[in-house]
Amino acid sequence: MSTTRTWLRHNLFRTRRDTVLTVVFGLLALWLLYKTFRFIFVTGRWSIIEVNLQLLMIGRYPEAHVLRLAVTVVVLALWGGLLAGFIRGRQVRSGRMTAADSKLSRARVTDLVERLWIPLALVVLLLMLTSTPGPWIMVGLAVAAALVGRLVGPFVGRLRLPPIGSLLVVFVFGAIPVVLYFYVVTAVGFDGWGGFMLNLFLAVCSIILCYPLGVLLALGRRSGLPLVRLVCTTYIEVIRGAPLFVLLLLANVALGFFVPDSLAPATSTRAIVVFTFFTAAYMAEIIRGGLQSVPRGQIEAAKAVGLSPIRQTGYIVLPQALRNVIPAQIGQLISLFKDTTLAGIAMGLFDLLQVSGAITSQEDFRGQGLIAETLTFAALMFWVVSYTMSRESQRLEKRLGVGIR
Amino acid sequence: MTAALGTPRVPVWRDVRVLKWVAQIIVVAIAVAIVVWLYGNYVENASRQNIPTDMGFLDNPASFQITGNSLSQNAPVRDALYQGFLNTLRVSVVAIVAATVLGTVIGIARLSTNWVVRQLATVYVEAVRNIPLALFLTAGFLVVVLGVFPQITDAWDLAGLAVVSNRGVAVPWFEGSGAGLLVLFGAGAVAWFAAAKWRGRVADRTGALPRSGLWGFGAFAVVVAVGWGIFGYSYTLPSLDGRGTIGGIRIDPSFFALFFALTIYTASHIAEIVRGSIQAVARGQAEAADAVALSGFQRMWYVILPQALRIGLPPIGNQYLNLIKNSSLGAAIGYYDMTLVAKTTVGNGSPAVPVFFLVMVVYIAISLIVSALVNVANRRFALVER
Repeated sequence: MSTTRTWLRHNLFRTRRDTVLTVVFGLLALWLLYKTFRFIFVTGRWSIIEVNLQLLMIGRYPEAHVLRLAVTVVVLALWGGLLAGFIRGRQVRSGRMTAADSKLSRARVTDLVERLWIPLALVVLLLMLTSTPGPWIMVGLAVAAALVGRLVGPFVGRLRLPPIGSLLVVFVFGAIPVVLYFYVVTAVGFDGWGGFMLNLFLAVCSIILCYPLGVLLALGRRSGLPLVRLVCTTYIEVIRGAPLFVLLLLANVALGFFVPDSLAPATSTRAIVVFTFFTAAYMAEIIRGGLQSVPRGQIEAAKAVGLSPIRQTGYIVLPQALRNVIPAQIGQLISLFKDTTLAGIAMGLFDLLQVSGAITSQEDFRGQGLIAETLTFAALMFWVVSYTMSRESQRLEKRLGVGIR
Repeated sequence: MTAALGTPRVPVWRDVRVLKWVAQIIVVAIAVAIVVWLYGNYVENASRQNIPTDMGFLDNPASFQITGNSLSQNAPVRDALYQGFLNTLRVSVVAIVAATVLGTVIGIARLSTNWVVRQLATVYVEAVRNIPLALFLTAGFLVVVLGVFPQITDAWDLAGLAVVSNRGVAVPWFEGSGAGLLVLFGAGAVAWFAAAKWRGRVADRTGALPRSGLWGFGAFAVVVAVGWGIFGYSYTLPSLDGRGTIGGIRIDPSFFALFFALTIYTASHIAEIVRGSIQAVARGQAEAADAVALSGFQRMWYVILPQALRIGLPPIGNQYLNLIKNSSLGAAIGYYDMTLVAKTTVGNGSPAVPVFFLVMVVYIAISLIVSALVNVANRRFALVER
């Protein structure tokens, strides 16, 4: 009892002014809570979300091919599970982790749930809103596939393979997403994509594509060769000076001018191109910061043991540089993910934000002022993904021991 | 020298000096080739479609009206773009000021000893940072301005100082030359600075309390009030008049929504920077302030914040740049900033590539100027160690 009183005294009623602050802002908080709860449970008319859930999630993706998406999700889950298990197996083999660490214990389960309860809750919420059994089956299969992959993975990872075998494993891991990509895209071109899936897809593609370019630009900007430095610096500064929105508009109306007709890409591809080149410039600046934070001694040591310049960079400098700036990198990726909404505005892609606006003028819902409900739903989707990413980045940073020698 | 030591001459293809030049030439050649290829394609495609590639379109009539602007439809595109540029600056400056104040307050609140204040600030930052700006913009426009704000017939009259309706927000405004008023405020700022300097010297000489803020503001107020009287400025209060407002100035709904979204969004980022900067100020500073019995406010205002500002200045400058660039999103809700003017004039037949090229050059110029200013300020304030 006394600890509670001490706590109250220290955190709420330290001085007279503190008491006033507590009362004023407490009332404000209560009012906000009341308003929020009232909106969610009383005044909000959520049937518009329930009816349009499919549109919000995958846009106007043709019904006939939705099964392909489900298959993709399940295979990706299997792939992710396998990869996680594979890495764990390698770590056990190399002695960085004991086999006991990978035993399923109560602590690990609670840890996982604590980390991922927000996206899990969102998935459950979305499933509750569906009216067909399809999504339930898909999620169930995906969970099962991920578990199977995670259990099988370590056996693959622990194998001692000849070089050809390792290459084969790497190849298979790399090939699966590519095959899935073609499996989905051959059925429905990019212009048929939409909803939250489009936001996620634009972000993932651009994230993967921007990394190599960003690293090269960062190395180029730090290079000892003046002309290379000039080219990279010019590129980075020009891109960073221009607003993404204007670049997207430009790509939408003018990209066709700059490439031959045979290469003129679909709208979504244009968006990916712009996001990639845009984010690469920012990524380059972040990675440059990381490169600068690597102590000189590391490079000198690498030289001393006779590594070639490429190996110095690849084995010694880059791993430390990238590790040192994890929060900034993830921050940039989150910002890229949020910026995918601009593609909808600038290029007329049917992404989540555009869908949320469009469905309020459907015949059943027109003129009822439901924009607040649909925007809240869109905000929730973006928030959960971004927030989870930023939390995971903090965790990753801690695990890799940034700032700890 | 090498020959004297008896080592063989390095062959050309392994000579590092040669290789370095070869590498540079290759990189530059690739870069130039890409640019030339793109430009060649552009010229070819443009000439095939009879689209001009020069800047001649700037003299054509704009043939559209900019909301809230007296520019006629016959005015050349050049003038329309310039008005758009001014609109970009307007919303950016106002939002930068508001976001800085709000962000600083919330950043401080995140470190408050008061649990309620701390939690509220944390919820604000974590919620706003992870939601796209475009969503706030849409919400600000469609939900707040068009949904929450009342019809003009039953507008909210805030003590005669502002009239709020879904047609916009009317606030008091002056009458007379805007440029003259800017000069007046500039003179006031100079007076503020001079008075503060003078009080600083007095305090050094006599040991009296400087109170430079009070004196500076006094000097500023006197200069502005005197100038206001001399130049015959007056102001009008807004009031409701049938289906519109008279007096004051009416802030366009799209301006208000853009301002709202930019402020809310950028403030959350600035708050995080302010929090980090305050935490980076050495603990001893706060303890020293406590030891000389400064009040909580004095401790923050005189000891912690000036030092935190020094740390946070470069990243906050980055946020300002982001805000200016993000203001281009106003095009989505019909705010005639530079981007929307460009987009509209392209729709009206101006060639797309030169228009957007021009707009991008202006944005890049603004970015370079702002970052140069931030660099100057940073050099001025940065702690010189040893």
